[in-house]
Amino acid sequence: MSDTDVPILQLNNVESSYGPVKAIRGVSLSVKAGSIVTVLGSNGAGKSTILKTISGIIDPRKGSVLYRGQAIQKLDPARIVKLGIVQVPEGREIFPFLTVNENLLMGAYTRPAADKAALANDLEMVFNYFPILRERARQPAGQLSGGQQQMLAISRALLAKPSIILLDEPSLGLSPKLTREIFEIIVRINREHGVTLLVVEQNAMVALKYSDYGYVLEVGRIVMEDACAALLEKEDIKEFYLGMKDSGVRGTRRWKKKKNWR
Amino acid sequence: MQFLQLVISGIAQGCIYGLIALGFVLIYKATETVNFAQGDLMMLGGFFGLSCMVVLGMPFWVAFLATLAVAMLFGMLMERALLRPLLGQPAFTVVMLTIGIGYLARGMVTMIPGWGTETHTLPVPYKDEVLRVVIGSGDPLILSTEHMVIIAVTAFLIAILFLFFRYTKLGIAMQATSQNQLAAFYMGIPVRRINMLVWGISAAVSACAGLLLAPITFVHVNMGYIGLKAFPAAVVGGFGSIPGALVGGLIIGIVESLAGFYLPEGFKDIAAYILVLVMLVILPNGLFGDKMRKKV
Repeated sequence: MSDTDVPILQLNNVESSYGPVKAIRGVSLSVKAGSIVTVLGSNGAGKSTILKTISGIIDPRKGSVLYRGQAIQKLDPARIVKLGIVQVPEGREIFPFLTVNENLLMGAYTRPAADKAALANDLEMVFNYFPILRERARQPAGQLSGGQQQMLAISRALLAKPSIILLDEPSLGLSPKLTREIFEIIVRINREHGVTLLVVEQNAMVALKYSDYGYVLEVGRIVMEDACAALLEKEDIKEFYLGMKDSGVRGTRRWKKKKNWR
Repeated sequence: MQFLQLVISGIAQGCIYGLIALGFVLIYKATETVNFAQGDLMMLGGFFGLSCMVVLGMPFWVAFLATLAVAMLFGMLMERALLRPLLGQPAFTVVMLTIGIGYLARGMVTMIPGWGTETHTLPVPYKDEVLRVVIGSGDPLILSTEHMVIIAVTAFLIAILFLFFRYTKLGIAMQATSQNQLAAFYMGIPVRRINMLVWGISAAVSACAGLLLAPITFVHVNMGYIGLKAFPAAVVGGFGSIPGALVGGLIIGIVESLAGFYLPEGFKDIAAYILVLVMLVILPNGLFGDKMRKKV
């Protein structure tokens, strides 16, 4: 097996819980380097828990998380960022009283102070992706709009020079148009810099359109996986996530036909 | 002239309150808990400095720097050994712990016979000197050197802390951690080490206040109760604001000094608390309180 065949990120039978409550129950997934992978699921399915487990914010009860074949499930968050895995958390989580520039600088916290030139270069790169941030560079980040804060959160993650970015619901609270714009830039970042992306989403339509491979998560378990193009064709996906029901004669479906995976 | 002298001595006293309040605020911002042992850290700083000078015969400035360094290490050790195991517990638990640490510190000091139970004078080189400043043709302004040293050192310390928090990567990371701890974790900022450092800085600032105050009030085991007046200072400034802590300290110091001279006896000691009550009624968030509420 050549080096490129080892998935950049792999979860083997991972179980995580908050106290006694199991949030994910044996999740296995693998992410190929250079691809965009999405995990779909409704509220409480355990999507964010997967990302928190990868980032080391919570340690899994069972199972292993492998980064380029190396186990990382016991490392602390700072080590994991240094390895090249950065998360853009749900709801942006920017530093509201720091300026946009200072927020970006915090993204680069784990980088050695020596490569100032490289840092300036990367700043230029994110300003090219999101020109609005250049205009707002000296403003407190708390004054940005929701969409701008999402852009800042993505840029902040990029400045860590990651090889894989974990995106937790980038569409949260954004208009459909802005969501598409953000996803288009995500794809550009992926193509132009070879950054791998693991995107967790509720907005299945957009996520499937822009990703290469998808997993469907239900109550803590992976119930389906396939290439996104194939997933888009599946009846269950259409019904549950895209809201395309073929309704019966009376406009409603009979309960017997209602599907779930439990 | 007299008024000006009162104001200046009030400012000097206020600097002390401000420094201790600063210690409260730093820890509050970083960990959302109040360290009630702040005044006792100050007392320990006073005693350590005194021991360095009297027992070890160090010159004042060496003892001063040694005390700051040791206090910083002590604060960090305290965080590592006592507070970190309580991570994730309710804030009340930590508050009880710090009150306990305060009692422990006072108890331990009094257990050193002939040392902890006595009242000592810190033999600073500038003791009992006065500066006479002649302005115009009036009476000369008589300033005590102790007060001037307090003001100068406080201003210097604040300037350094300001530059540190504003311009260094570590300082900005401390601000970031206090604003959004979870995001700081996500950015790979070593949050626990940062919190440890905050406790260190806070302890060092308190110890500095102790050494500055020592020439005026002597070193004794209960000198830490001055922390009870620094608390109103932090509230007046708006708990959680660093400039607020200083301004609050200065206001309380000046009010106290003026009240002591112009108002009947006894008002000096309650002036600070009256001020806090008034403040809480008209401006509950304090002078510099966060306009934007921090996300919880």
